[in-house]
Amino acid sequence: MATASAFSYGKEQHLDPSAPTLPGVRTAREAPVMRFMRSEAGKGWLTISPPLLYAVLLLIGPIIVIVANSFWSQDYLTIDRTFTLENYKAALTEPIYRDLLMRSLFVSVTVAFVTVILAYPVAWFVSFHGGRYKGLWLFIITVPFWSGYLLRILSWKVILGYKGVLNSGLLYLGVITEPLSTLIYNVNAVIITLAHSWAAFAILPLFVSLEKLDRSLLEAAADLGDGPVRRFLRITLPLTMPGIIAALMIVMIPTVGDYVTPKLVGGKDGVMIANAIQVQFGKASNWPLGAALAVSTMVIVSLLAGAIVLMLAGIKRLLK
Amino acid sequence: MKFLPSSRRVLSAYVIIYVAILYFPVLLLPVFSFNDSATPKLPLVGFTFKWYEGLAGNEAMHGAAWNSLVVGIIAAFLSTILGICAARAMTRHRFRGKGAASGLIMAPLILPEIIIAISLLVVMLSMGLQLSLFTVILGHLLICLPYSVTVLVSGFEGFDPSMEEASLDLGESAFGTLRRVTLPMLAPSIISSILVTFTISLDEFILAFFLSGSEPTLPVYIWGQLRFAAKLPNVLALGSILIAASLVLLTAAELLRRRAERKMAIRP
Repeated sequence: MATASAFSYGKEQHLDPSAPTLPGVRTAREAPVMRFMRSEAGKGWLTISPPLLYAVLLLIGPIIVIVANSFWSQDYLTIDRTFTLENYKAALTEPIYRDLLMRSLFVSVTVAFVTVILAYPVAWFVSFHGGRYKGLWLFIITVPFWSGYLLRILSWKVILGYKGVLNSGLLYLGVITEPLSTLIYNVNAVIITLAHSWAAFAILPLFVSLEKLDRSLLEAAADLGDGPVRRFLRITLPLTMPGIIAALMIVMIPTVGDYVTPKLVGGKDGVMIANAIQVQFGKASNWPLGAALAVSTMVIVSLLAGAIVLMLAGIKRLLK
Repeated sequence: MKFLPSSRRVLSAYVIIYVAILYFPVLLLPVFSFNDSATPKLPLVGFTFKWYEGLAGNEAMHGAAWNSLVVGIIAAFLSTILGICAARAMTRHRFRGKGAASGLIMAPLILPEIIIAISLLVVMLSMGLQLSLFTVILGHLLICLPYSVTVLVSGFEGFDPSMEEASLDLGESAFGTLRRVTLPMLAPSIISSILVTFTISLDEFILAFFLSGSEPTLPVYIWGQLRFAAKLPNVLALGSILIAASLVLLTAAELLRRRAERKMAIRP
C-alpha cells in the first residue's frame, strides 16, 4: 500500500502529461474514478463493498419492497399497485391488531427492563470481581444464548406445561394437590421465557460500559464521604447509562417481533403481533396487510425506543 | 471500590443463582431425553437410550440433518469471507460513511427476525425464486455476517498493521501478503468465525421456517414434530444432540480465540 502510492507519486511528478503513456502506467490524468479507488477512502469503500452490497441487496432492498407492499392491496392472488392507506387503517384501528400490537410492545418493554435489571448485578460482578476470569465468565454466561433458540423455548414449555416438570414435581412433593393451570399459556409465561432467552445478550453492553467506568471516580467519591448508594446513583448509574440504553434496545427491539415464544408458551392469551404477521404471509395470504402490520410494528417500536432513550437521558441529567 | 464482605457474598450468591437459572432449561432437555417415560415429568423413572435409538432409522430426520449441515457450512464460509472484508475496512481504513456502512452490515443483529424473514420471502417469491436450501443460505448469510464481523474485528485489532506494510515493502505482492501474512495471523479468528456462524445457522429457526420450502433444516423439522405429543421424547433426544454439538463448537471457537489472544500478548 505504502509502496504503491510512493511509486505513483514519482510518476506524476516527472512524466510529461502530454507524452503517450504505456498501457497500465498510471498518470496524473487518470480517470477520477481510478484516483478515488486508490485514495484512502476509496480503498476503504472498495474493501467494505462486498458485505455492504450484500446487506443493501438483501436487507435494504427487501425492506423497501415490504414498505411498498404495505401501500398496495391484494385481490386473491393479484397485487393491485394503486396507492392505498387501507392496510394501515386496518392495522392500527382493528381491535384485534391493535390489541396484539399493544401486547407485543408491553411484553418487549417489560422483558427489556426485567432483563437489564436482573443482568446489571451480574455484569457488575464480572467487571469488578471477575479478575483474570472475566473472559471465562462472559463465555459461561453467553453460551446458553448462542445455542438453540427453539430448544430453549421448548424446554420452558416442558417446564411450565400443565403436565410438565414444575407441576409434576410439585405434585410429587405434595406442595399442590392438582396441577396449576396458570403456569403456561398466558403473557407471564411469554415474559419469563423471553427474559430467560435474552438474559445473556443484555450482559455484554452492560459489561462493556462498566469496564469503561473510571474506578478512580468511585474512590474519590468514597474518600469524599459518599456511601455506596450515593456512589452508585451519582457515578456508576449515570456513567453506565449508555450501556443500559444499548442493553434495553438490544432486547426490546428483537423481542417485539418474536414468533416462537408466543406460539409455544403463549396460548390464546399470549399471541403477539408476529403471529398475526405470519398468518398474513401464510394461510390468510394478504401480503399488503402483513406488510403494513410489520412496518407499523417497526415504526412504533422505534418511536417507543426513542422515547425510552430520551427518558433515560433525562434521568441521567437529574442524577448528576 | 470496597464492598462489605457480606454484600460481596450476597452478590456472589446472586450470580451463582443467575447462572444456574440460565443453564437450567438448557440442561433439562438432556435429562429428560434419557428418561424412560413418554412424557417429560417428575419424578424420573429410569434410564434409557431408546429415544436416541428411535432417531437412528429416521430418514426424514437424517435428511433435515444433512440440509442443516449443507446450509451451515456454506453460510459459515461465505459469511466469514464477507466478514473479513467488512472487518478489514472497519479496522484498517478511514473513510466518510464508515459508521453508516458498518451499521447497515450489523443491523440484522437488532432487527426482529420476522421482519427480515417476511421481507426476504416476499422478494424471493416476487422474483419467482423457488424456496429451497439456497434461499435459506441467503437468509442465514445475512444474520451470520454481524457475528463474523464481531469476531474478525477483534482479530484484526489484535495484530499490528505494520507487519503487512513490512511484507509489502520487502517486495511481496498484495496477494502474497494476504496469503502469507494476513491470513495466517488471522487464522484463529477465521476458524472461530466459521465455528460460531455454523452454530448460529444450525440453531436458527425463523428464517429457515419461512424460507426453506419443502427442504427442512433440523430446527424446522423439530418444529414440525412438536405437533405430535408422542414424538416429544425423540425431539428431546434430537434437541440434546443439537445442544451438545453447539456447546462443543462454541467452546472450540472460544479456545481458539483465547489462544490467539495469548499469542498476540507475547508480542512486544
